[in-house]
Amino acid sequence: MPFHYFGKINFVPYTKVTKFADYLKDGKLMGTRCKKCGEFYFPPRADCIKCFSDEFEWVETTGKGRLHTYTIIYAAPTGFDDIAPYIIGVLDLDDGGRLLGWVDVPEEQIEIEMRLKAVPKIFEEIPDIKLYYSLEKIK
Amino acid sequence: MKVGIVGIGHGKFGRRSDATVQELAFEPFREALIDAGDITQHDIDATIIGSSPEYHKQRSLPGVVAEYLGVNPQPTWLTEAACASGSAAIRTAYVAIKSGMQEVVAVIGLQKMTELTTPEILALMGRVGDVQWESIFGTTFPGYYALYATRHMYEFRTTKEQMAMVAVKNHHYGTMNPKAMFQKEVTIEKCLASDKVAYPLNVFDCCANADGAACIIMTNEKNAKKLNDTPIWLEGLGCASAEMSVLRRPHLVGIPSTVEASKQAYKQAGIKPKDVDVADVHDCFTIAEIMAYEDLGFCEKGKGGKFIEEKQSYIGGKTPVNIDGGLKAKGHPVGATGVSMTTEIVKQLRGEAGKRQVDAEIGLTHNVGGIGQYCFVHIHGR
Ligand SMILES: [Zn+2]
Repeated sequence: MPFHYFGKINFVPYTKVTKFADYLKDGKLMGTRCKKCGEFYFPPRADCIKCFSDEFEWVETTGKGRLHTYTIIYAAPTGFDDIAPYIIGVLDLDDGGRLLGWVDVPEEQIEIEMRLKAVPKIFEEIPDIKLYYSLEKIK
Repeated sequence: MKVGIVGIGHGKFGRRSDATVQELAFEPFREALIDAGDITQHDIDATIIGSSPEYHKQRSLPGVVAEYLGVNPQPTWLTEAACASGSAAIRTAYVAIKSGMQEVVAVIGLQKMTELTTPEILALMGRVGDVQWESIFGTTFPGYYALYATRHMYEFRTTKEQMAMVAVKNHHYGTMNPKAMFQKEVTIEKCLASDKVAYPLNVFDCCANADGAACIIMTNEKNAKKLNDTPIWLEGLGCASAEMSVLRRPHLVGIPSTVEASKQAYKQAGIKPKDVDVADVHDCFTIAEIMAYEDLGFCEKGKGGKFIEEKQSYIGGKTPVNIDGGLKAKGHPVGATGVSMTTEIVKQLRGEAGKRQVDAEIGLTHNVGGIGQYCFVHIHGR
């Protein structure tokens, strides 16, 4: 179950969309699409809310989108105090769906609705594999 | 058949290192029984506890509370809807009484939050959101409301000063409420200079964790008129849910469950938002109160900042809000909050609110669970 690789701290290592972490490790940001009705999901879901089908396929998203909103966390919970303050952004993806992740843009340059891209990342400072994505300016 | 509130009790909110959770429950329970016309615990045929269990060392709270209150062998159970657990308990009591299954119900909102150590609280704090996709980035409860605030500021030009004005108002009224955790005025400058928690929210934009309990006695119309010469009636009850994850919300400038729950409550009560004379709304963060003005229909969407700036939520304004100090000044013992709000509205409608009395015939409570996953809106009348 590779899903435990996802996150600096992972709370749920098991899920029906565990392959998400496999793809992320390979640098791919994947959502799911319902095989029956075609609904796209990011974050990925194993079960379709639209038609109740449980058949889905993996679809890559560009990770590009617009910054919907953000915050800077100063008072951090357990496991995140060493990286505080950190910026959390919510991205409206061009391909549909939303994503929440760390924003890697200097605070003074952040603007709501700015174009950003979610880039798959591996924590290099930690020996274990820990995956995440950061929201960066589109080059 | 109507359902009425005939007794209210409210314990002191704050850091209550002097009492266990069942001892906290006893304080407002005793007060509410006396208030209901000197009934005893034997007149209660069900005790419903509203609480969020993850904060307590004692597991399965209703068992130990029921024993301490002496209500055995009558039934007792817990309702949980995060910060709206208290209102969830009231709704459960309403349904039970309305069905005829119960006659006189004690609803106790109860929480002891200072029992946990700081590391335990910090760990708990890290799991408030969707743990699969969000908590792994270190989201926090203030952080979520900060996401609303940033977007609200962007779309409607709401300012940090306007948010601070909510804190100033609620602390002002908190000074008139002896049961509140804080009894000190604050200034806009002091709010803006307080420690940063999650941009754009500072410490003074956030309510405080607290211990505390509140109790109301609810009963059917026949009993209510016998017991009390001023029963306060539950005229409208709305309840709704919204997506847990901010990634699935239609927008981040308000709480959809508030809009839905309030529509239901207004409809059942046959009133419009402008008919509300006094309200207790869920101001867990200052931005939450601003969004509540809008989502409850006290003002248009986007005008919440102006609403507080023009002092429309003060006594004398269009709709006085959180005249008991709100979560902000009272403290927010999660499960107790919805019941605490109800005791204030009952006092206001009875005309027993003393220095902070509003001339009121219709009162509203608005209790939100989490970041809007749950919402309960109750309308009370004389
Ligand atoms: Zn489908």
